[in-house]
Amino acid sequence: MSPWLEKQLHLIDFTLASLGRRKTKNIGLLVAYTLIVFVLASLTLFTHALRSEATFVLASSPEVILQRMVAGRHDLIPPDYIEKIGRLRGVQKKEGRLWGYYYDPVLNANYTFMARPADEVKDGYIMVGNTLARERGLAAHNTISFRSYSGKLFTFEVSAVLSPDSELLSADLVLLSENDFRKFFEYPAGHFTDIALSVANPQEVRNIAAKLSSSLPDSRPILREEVLRTYQSVFDWREGIVLTVLAGAILAFAILAWEKASGLSAEEKREIGILKAIGWETGDVIRMKSWEGLLISLTAFLLGFIAAYVHVFHLGAAVFEPVLKGWSVLYPSFTLVPTIDGLQIATLFFFTVFPYTAAVLVPIWRAAITDPDAVMRA
Amino acid sequence: MRPSTFAISGLAILSLAAAALLANPGQAREAEQKLADNRALVEKYGLTDLALFTEARYTRHPSQADLHSAFQDHPGALEHFPSGSLLAPRPSALKPHEPLAGKTTTPD
Amino acid sequence: MIELSDIKKAFNQGKPNEYWALHGIDLALEAGKVTAFRGPSGSGKTTLLTIVGCLSRPTSGRVRFKGEDISGLPERFLTDIRRQSFGFVFQQFNLIKGLSALENVILPAFPTGRPRRELISAADALFDQLKLGHRSAAKVEWLSGGEQQRVAIARALINDPEVIIADEPTANLDTALSKEFMAILEGFTAAGKTVLLTSHDPLVVESSAVHRVVGMRDGRLTDD
Repeated sequence: MSPWLEKQLHLIDFTLASLGRRKTKNIGLLVAYTLIVFVLASLTLFTHALRSEATFVLASSPEVILQRMVAGRHDLIPPDYIEKIGRLRGVQKKEGRLWGYYYDPVLNANYTFMARPADEVKDGYIMVGNTLARERGLAAHNTISFRSYSGKLFTFEVSAVLSPDSELLSADLVLLSENDFRKFFEYPAGHFTDIALSVANPQEVRNIAAKLSSSLPDSRPILREEVLRTYQSVFDWREGIVLTVLAGAILAFAILAWEKASGLSAEEKREIGILKAIGWETGDVIRMKSWEGLLISLTAFLLGFIAAYVHVFHLGAAVFEPVLKGWSVLYPSFTLVPTIDGLQIATLFFFTVFPYTAAVLVPIWRAAITDPDAVMRA
Repeated sequence: MRPSTFAISGLAILSLAAAALLANPGQAREAEQKLADNRALVEKYGLTDLALFTEARYTRHPSQADLHSAFQDHPGALEHFPSGSLLAPRPSALKPHEPLAGKTTTPD
Repeated sequence: MIELSDIKKAFNQGKPNEYWALHGIDLALEAGKVTAFRGPSGSGKTTLLTIVGCLSRPTSGRVRFKGEDISGLPERFLTDIRRQSFGFVFQQFNLIKGLSALENVILPAFPTGRPRRELISAADALFDQLKLGHRSAAKVEWLSGGEQQRVAIARALINDPEVIIADEPTANLDTALSKEFMAILEGFTAAGKTVLLTSHDPLVVESSAVHRVVGMRDGRLTDD
């Protein structure tokens, strides 16, 4: 082994031995440090994975959705509306959609009812999302009754439960036939909730939206790119809230770490003097302390990162569940597909490992350049 | 074992574990299949939003709602804006929706 | 072996509390002999030892070590010379608390990058010589004064230096232990090492183990 390497090992031996002298304190610091990295890394991994999953999955949602606005609120599409759009160059398909919300007093939860063509769901049958099925204890071939907003009771048979893998998208979905939908909500015949348009050429989407706005001034076109952008920003915002909550904890840790790392006790100063007197160079002392900072921060970073990875991608981000759940009663259980943003991880690495190591070094630098004969004079 | 060997091998194991996580995120094929299935589901039903927050229409379908709508669909829901977190929901809001469980003649 | 010419040392130079510890010392020290510096506290003997042992630089004057002028060398080189050629036994022993006797002894060899196994066997040999083998794993704060001093001596010897510098080695020891120390000192001479020590303990300066006594007072040499 080269003397250089052997020397580094010696320095690590020494720094570990001196860390071992205040075992509880240093282990406590390591645990707190790991915890901070864990929470920050979990947050980063979670939001990034959720964002990229949303972006990927929702990329196949309708290019344009046309809502009709009345007095600033969206309203039903009247029967002649689809004809009024007429033929627009570039629009492949336009169809009226029927969907709405239903408040279920049993769970105190909102469901999303959506009408499907008869070949998918027959009259008297429904398909439900897995979260809803779980919360209401439903399985295929069970019957369930909903009291409609007009007070009438409707009974449906569950024909199928949607795949548990799709919970993030379909948690609260109730798919029913168009006839049932119109009867249940007493939806006026010929009216629709909104209109979905398929546009083949992405370059055309904005032109088409502009044409729609001018031909139907009371309409509001919602573009898929806007939807995706909404999702990009909505998680930024959520991440921001969690970060704000965390800021106090991070600050407290920063103070703790700074105090621990930079507050050089008289004892430590004396030790540095001894080391210098018995033949250590200033550089050796600094190298030894850099190892200390690096060992602690690297261990905390790796432990925290690995724990965060397992937490987010294998345990369903259980720590964030209460935050994300908010007021919703139906909370989908989902496992995100692991995607990692290298830059984010690098940033996290830099902001957790570097400041601590620096905080260790600054006071040591000052102590290490004192004269070695101080030991003899004392 | 000498402490430095212990520390360095510990760090090496942790680094390898982290590198393995970064290099091979999960069971790639299974995950891709799941994503593709979900994408197909979105296309089939014309879904526009994640079902992450179901308490109100502007959280269930943030892309579809009027962004500044000031009413909530769920009586327990709070506002979308920070000020909303300061206002408690009306106590009477739940009254019109008294649970119907048990009052139906057919099983739920 | 060591020649000092017109060594002056000031502390806090240029400040109101400026203090001259040494006022021009000329001295030649022989290799392989035990030299004791005797004098009251504040006479400058410890300061002189720090200059000889490359722990500090003189304010003016020259230090020659084996014919080479070392007083103007930068810190790095001074540290190298100090590590290779000088071993220190401090008055307060200056062991690092919380570490075992063994860990303390091998510390000065860390910057050399010698393999740990080699260091441990060298330390074990020293412990055997100093009859301390059974205490090598004990934390230094659990050792008695005499044991602590022997650990400090072992630490001074780990890099096999030519010169041993001991500052008031017997100040914290009782008569029996002091006599034991003088016996160890004779062992050094037998091994061909040069020993420099300060003391005002008659037991030390009048011992037959000491070859030469240099008197000091107020930063100047006095007649023996």
